[in-house]
Amino acid sequence: MSTASTATGELADVLSRYEVVLGLEVHVELGTRTKMFCSCPTVFGAEPNTQICPVCLGLPGALPVVNAVGVESAIRIGLALDCSIAEWCRFARKNYFYPDMPKNFQTSQYDEPICFDGALDVDVDGKTVRIGIERAHMEEDTGKSTHVGGATGRIHGATHSLVDFNRAGIPLVEIVTKPIVGTGADAPAVARAYVAAIRDIVRALGVSDARMDQGSVRADVNVSLMPIGASEFGTRTETKNVNSLRSVERTVRYEMVRQAQILDDGGVIVQETRHFNEATGETVGGRTKETATDYRYFPEPDLVPVAPDPAWVAELRAALPELPAAKRTRLRAEWGLSELDMQAIDNAGAFELIEATVAAGAGPESARKWWLGELSRHANEAGVELSELSVTPAHVAELQSLVDGGRLNDKLARGVLAGVLAGEGTPTEVMTARGVEVVSDTGALTTAVDEAIAANPDVAEKVRSGKVAAAGVLVGAVMKTTRGQADAKTVRELILGRLGVQ
Amino acid sequence: MSERQRATHRTAAELGAAIATGETTSAEVTRAYLDRIGAVDGAVHAFLHVAGDAAVAQAEEVDRRIAAGEKLGPLAGVPVAVKDILTTKGMPTTAASKILSGWLPPYDATVVLRLRDAGLVVLGKTNMDEFAMGSSTEYSAYGPTRNPWDLGRIPGGSGGGSAAAVAAREAPLAIGTDTGGSIRQPGAVTGTVGAKPTYGGVSRYGLIAFSSSLDQAGPVTRTVLDAALLHEVIGGHDPCDSTSIDAPVPAVAEAARRGASGDLTGVKVGVVREFAAAEGAEPGVVAAFDAAVATLTKLGAEVVEVSCPHFEYALPAYYLIAPSECSSNLARFDGVRYGLRSGDDGTRALEEVMSLTREAGFGPEVKRRIMLGTYALSAGYYDAYYGQAQKVRTLVTRDFTAAFEQVDVLAAPTTPFVAFPFGSRTADPTAMYLADLYTIPSNLYGGPAISVPCGLSEGLPVGLQIMAPTMADDRMYRVAAALESTQEPRLADQTPEVTA
Amino acid sequence: MAAISREEVAHLARLARLAVTEDELDTFAGQLDQILHSVARVGEVAADDIPPTSHAVPLTNVMRPDEPRPGLSREAALAGAPAAEDHRFRVPRILSEEG
Repeated sequence: MSTASTATGELADVLSRYEVVLGLEVHVELGTRTKMFCSCPTVFGAEPNTQICPVCLGLPGALPVVNAVGVESAIRIGLALDCSIAEWCRFARKNYFYPDMPKNFQTSQYDEPICFDGALDVDVDGKTVRIGIERAHMEEDTGKSTHVGGATGRIHGATHSLVDFNRAGIPLVEIVTKPIVGTGADAPAVARAYVAAIRDIVRALGVSDARMDQGSVRADVNVSLMPIGASEFGTRTETKNVNSLRSVERTVRYEMVRQAQILDDGGVIVQETRHFNEATGETVGGRTKETATDYRYFPEPDLVPVAPDPAWVAELRAALPELPAAKRTRLRAEWGLSELDMQAIDNAGAFELIEATVAAGAGPESARKWWLGELSRHANEAGVELSELSVTPAHVAELQSLVDGGRLNDKLARGVLAGVLAGEGTPTEVMTARGVEVVSDTGALTTAVDEAIAANPDVAEKVRSGKVAAAGVLVGAVMKTTRGQADAKTVRELILGRLGVQ
Repeated sequence: MSERQRATHRTAAELGAAIATGETTSAEVTRAYLDRIGAVDGAVHAFLHVAGDAAVAQAEEVDRRIAAGEKLGPLAGVPVAVKDILTTKGMPTTAASKILSGWLPPYDATVVLRLRDAGLVVLGKTNMDEFAMGSSTEYSAYGPTRNPWDLGRIPGGSGGGSAAAVAAREAPLAIGTDTGGSIRQPGAVTGTVGAKPTYGGVSRYGLIAFSSSLDQAGPVTRTVLDAALLHEVIGGHDPCDSTSIDAPVPAVAEAARRGASGDLTGVKVGVVREFAAAEGAEPGVVAAFDAAVATLTKLGAEVVEVSCPHFEYALPAYYLIAPSECSSNLARFDGVRYGLRSGDDGTRALEEVMSLTREAGFGPEVKRRIMLGTYALSAGYYDAYYGQAQKVRTLVTRDFTAAFEQVDVLAAPTTPFVAFPFGSRTADPTAMYLADLYTIPSNLYGGPAISVPCGLSEGLPVGLQIMAPTMADDRMYRVAAALESTQEPRLADQTPEVTA
Repeated sequence: MAAISREEVAHLARLARLAVTEDELDTFAGQLDQILHSVARVGEVAADDIPPTSHAVPLTNVMRPDEPRPGLSREAALAGAPAAEDHRFRVPRILSEEG
């Protein structure tokens, strides 16, 4: 793609003068049944203000009580990220006013996070980059505002806003990296790979559904540049709530180029919160605040400290499931693939999809073929991630079993897949509805074969005399009369049998 | 004396027994108190809301439960007044603030639920300083409560309404809350009994938070036994309050009965040297306190002097911790989900409407404390103010822990001065803060404390404060009951008749 | 401790969302200064090695099971709202993303 190569060129130019420093804060919405500090349910997409109580609505007098599974999930995330687990830590109040935050403080953790000092290795183009984990802490989500009266629900120009508190109080674990330095031109890909790795880990742990499209994993992306050789980091910008892997990558790339232009022109970077606009691929600055925000953190007096029993932590550690990195190594061997093959799979974001397709019954090779071939082509054309396609691993496995069973040939299968992508149903349903099944009725085929032989006596004679290769013409004729719905191999066998050259 | 007049002169324990035996009914007693409120509350203004028919209906329901043979507690059918800082489902709850004017909570505080479950009848909601910030009820947005002993004087605060209601026989029992003395100081200046249980001993769920780490609900009554009985109704573990202690309520009623025998042999009472040395206590208060200590000695107690060297820093630490927590606790009053909204003319942005709402909805003392707390928590000042105050809190706790290794309870005046005239301490906020000088330490270390009437100074009541170690609430009830047993008649029964 | 200025009071009022009047700025500046002067005495205590106390009772690990329980009905939740629309709490236009 020409835009990609232009961007790469720009990036190379930026990196000839600056080093990039990244910092990523990933918010993971836990999949607990109830909220972090009250017993309200957490079902996604419920009618507005139907999952609220005095506690999460911040009514006068209401008090929080910690969700035990929320704490357990946070510890398990920390263990999976090789963090130390605090022996004793407290919640803290982060004080600021915002209408979707019922108490006008967020119950979070400040200088005593439950998990700290970990690391996560991510692979980018065969290189392993170690990302330091500063901390992972527990907090609560806010409600959701809908802006009315402005252009397409934007905050700017709205006449008023409407608030739904269903999401207020849903447990979050915020995972914060140490500054990531030295990634150079790989910075966008490293950021993407890191967020993908976090997503895969929390999914593997079963602590979150990790649906970026629903906001259950979202990233704040901090980017700064410093002149090559400098020892002090430059001023950073924080792009908030980036909610797809592709957007994470684009955000880093865009900010690197944008900041470099400002610095080149002798300007200064303003420390600010920015937002990524999916449509334009640009980040947009918020209002610059005249005064720095002062959150006035202090220990939450309504919640008592959390002091995880070391024996319990050890149990949780022992019971961790196989993590994605280990699984990758194992499956690579099981699937018999090279490291290069695996990289292609990783780059396409197809690992879990292939794994699930294999689990659904397809062979590894055919699963890989579908996802990296036909489906990657569709995803590229649509500009979406593979996982965002409407086809599921189960669909792919079903499609492959139709091919293996001789009911579809490759060409027909591709057509059926297009139908599945178009939302026409499962592969079997599409096949039936379109009437494209391979003609396996030998009676009908024999008639077609006999007709083809009768129509091409010279060719038939050549075959009889031993020029077996000439049978292709007869196969083609049969395929034509059956509109491609015959299995070429079967047709060929029938022709050869009819002409007595088997 | 008519039957109805008689009802308002009996103790809660007596009323409970009379209702249980069928001598009278809850409805009859409730009507008697409603009549009394109708007669004198115009002068006293102890109530912000009187439940009226709803109270009678609840009383009749309790009578039905008793008639049906349901086993209820010793206070079943007895009316109770509830400080307007505890949420009552469907009954106005304002915390004496304009910002909650008209709010009807959709839920009951745990304390209120327990009252209802035990068959007590909620008479109404009592006046207080706005959000419990004050020592005189002069900071109520709805006008002050007057002291039944002298209508020109304050009834104490913040829970002046609960104390005055009990003193004026408008309720046999009341619930107060105590963050720095708001149960005990009103008790002292109105000649009633006020007890602050151990922090964590009574659920805070539904108690509109002023300072979460200090707030505690407790009983306000005319006798020590009534206080203990009410304490047992409202106390005990609540899973809705994370700071609630998961242990049985100390046997406080039993301790009160034991103390009533007047024998304190074997009890060691400590008098804190630094309390006595502190400036500002009125001579009449000191004299009444000395006399009370002499009485305790006469009853067999051994009195010794102990030292709490960090006492003088307790008050300043409190006036950093409480405002800091309050600045955060009161942030939720923003005109978005409930209560007042001011200045929303359709053109102003949310931030401005929030600020106008809070400006219009909060009174001067609340605003002062919110700003003080905002300052103490802000970057650059946290360590010097809030952080340092928390360290002082540790030192005060250590002092009292050490003192309780030497003695069973500590005795002190409840407050340095008797009820003062309206307006005499509002000009200088720090002069008002001195009212809590002796009560604050137990809020800081979390232990229980009780104020029991111990005499008069210039014709006005003086309270003796008995402090005990955490979860040893029974000790203070025993000592308080012993002192009370020497008074005939009880001070609470000497309250002058209120003339409307 | 430094005296607290009118500007500082205005800053605090903004942080605390209080639209204080000009008169109040003067009054509060004086009163806060007086109160701060009095409470600053906590600084006299040598407490460098003293751990702070945030909770009055030394409890830890108070947690509840992850079991849903019914909360408020939407009607009850919205009943107290100063303004509601479309089953949501209605608020005036919001200027910025975060305070």
